[in-house]
Amino acid sequence: MSVESFTLTEVKVAPTPPRPLRERLSSFLPQLVLAPSLLATFVYVFVFGAWTIWISVSNSGDLPDYSFAGFHQYADLWVNLRWRIAYTNLFLFSTLYVIGTMVIGLTLAILIDQRVRAEAVFRTIYLYPLAISFVVTGTVWRWLFNPTTGLESMMHQLGWTSFKFDWIVQRELAIYTVVLTAIWQASGFVMALFLAGLRSVDPDLIKAAQIDGASMPRIYRRIILPAIGPIFIAVLVVLLQSAIKTFDLVLAMTQGGPGIATTVPSIYVYDLIFQRGQLAEGAAAAIMILVALALFLVPYTIWTNLRQRREARDG
Amino acid sequence: MADATTYDPLTTAGTWGRRAKVVVYALLTLFALVYLVPITVVVLNSFRDLGDISRNGLIGIPHSFSLDYWVQAWCKFCVGGTCKGIQPFFYNSVAMVVPASIISTAIGAINGYVLSKWRFPGSEVLFGIMTLGVFMPGQMVLLPWAQVLGFLGLTNTIAGLVFIHCVQGLSFTTLFCRNYYVNIPDALIKAARIDGAGFWRIFRKIVLPLSPPIIIVTLIWQFTNIWNEFLFAFIFSSGTHQPITVALIALSGGGTAVHQYNVESAAVLIGALPPLLIYLFGGRYFLRGLTQGAIK
Repeated sequence: MSVESFTLTEVKVAPTPPRPLRERLSSFLPQLVLAPSLLATFVYVFVFGAWTIWISVSNSGDLPDYSFAGFHQYADLWVNLRWRIAYTNLFLFSTLYVIGTMVIGLTLAILIDQRVRAEAVFRTIYLYPLAISFVVTGTVWRWLFNPTTGLESMMHQLGWTSFKFDWIVQRELAIYTVVLTAIWQASGFVMALFLAGLRSVDPDLIKAAQIDGASMPRIYRRIILPAIGPIFIAVLVVLLQSAIKTFDLVLAMTQGGPGIATTVPSIYVYDLIFQRGQLAEGAAAAIMILVALALFLVPYTIWTNLRQRREARDG
Repeated sequence: MADATTYDPLTTAGTWGRRAKVVVYALLTLFALVYLVPITVVVLNSFRDLGDISRNGLIGIPHSFSLDYWVQAWCKFCVGGTCKGIQPFFYNSVAMVVPASIISTAIGAINGYVLSKWRFPGSEVLFGIMTLGVFMPGQMVLLPWAQVLGFLGLTNTIAGLVFIHCVQGLSFTTLFCRNYYVNIPDALIKAARIDGAGFWRIFRKIVLPLSPPIIIVTLIWQFTNIWNEFLFAFIFSSGTHQPITVALIALSGGGTAVHQYNVESAAVLIGALPPLLIYLFGGRYFLRGLTQGAIK
């Protein structure tokens, strides 16, 4: 790193009008202080990243083997039915989760924005799931969705004996219970983000529109929501990120089942690397997760940078 | 932030407005109930006996009451062969989360101070690199971590998890603190430098006294995330060294045994309690961390 090369040349040159070593060192103190963290992050992001990439093209079986084997692991992945299910699930889950969370989050934010009483109470209730781990959330919702203990049995107790709600044990439907739980967990958070956005819209704009006789729904559609456009994008990015990394929630709720019906890529990676000892293919799957993240994070980063630069230029 | 009281669409809009207000409250209450169902069910079940639960279902009005299940969950219930309850795993989590949060926050504060107040050529690029860590998916680093932990002799130790969380958390804590310190006027720092104050002195005398809000936000963020973290804990710990999230899965996930829903409910609540308490008492800081973490 550049920090080290600085100090090296400094030592070699050894200036003739001798500044005390302490002083010379102290002029590089900020860099020196930063160096260990930089090194750690550099290793974490680049070395670890490259390491996993190398494993994915190596001959590794259940132990790392660093000889080059080619890219066939990536091709094998897509032949594997289980991986295709995992990736399909990821798309299905992400889409429904993002849409559901944003719709509910925005609805709640708009409702709370109507100057309701006890706003703090509502907000506290909607947000508490965020403080709870996916493991706890997943466990509790697994009980609630379980037909023999949860909602279905409650309805039977109440006398509605034909009531059926057993999605969690149905291959085709189990993934939707995970979606519902994930929406429950995250929509309060999205509400908070949107609410902050709604409150930052210039009230004069709204007043002006009201004076012009615009109805509130119209004002929301035409003025307020367009003004918080950037927040939509930010929320989208945050949600997509968490969707792609989802692991514990699925594990706690369905363990990827019934069968392999709710497998997602993160579980697939874990399973291949730590359960089956197929390091190379597991690494390739991990890289596909990174690719999925990069697909929207890279454009997003470029977009925010451009926007910041434009704002800085325009004052 | 704009003043929210400047417009009030519903109260000024006559009878239609009043009706709309009823709808607003009805919807808000309905949502609130849905959000409260899971926690209510778990709290109630942690006091009910098993007969009551199996007769009346998990979601039902309690017909029995006992504190015994909390005691069992805390120190008697069997998890993976040992019958000391959830207690040892709770302490594992404490032993992991306290040092990891403090160390990563301290380093983040110093990094943020350098990157905002002692900028040098290239420091913005370095900051960019540091924030990359925020986006790294855990699955990408599992194999390298396994090897590094083995190399350091930290496999299946709490120290190993502390180390992982420190490195992984650095990006977040640095980002938080840097973005906060940027708003401290440079003139303050310059004046101190002219007076002969050095790097550490300025940090101690000027920056730290201004830091409590961001330190609290960062500590809360780190604490909640590390306490609730599962992937690394699950993969890099086993047996008696597991943090509580992993133990909870082991405790309630075992599919074959008859579920002791009351004890499991109590255990789940114990596992959820520390971050929940932080949320209830430090909600403001908790929320600030969340929004900052989301939109940098």
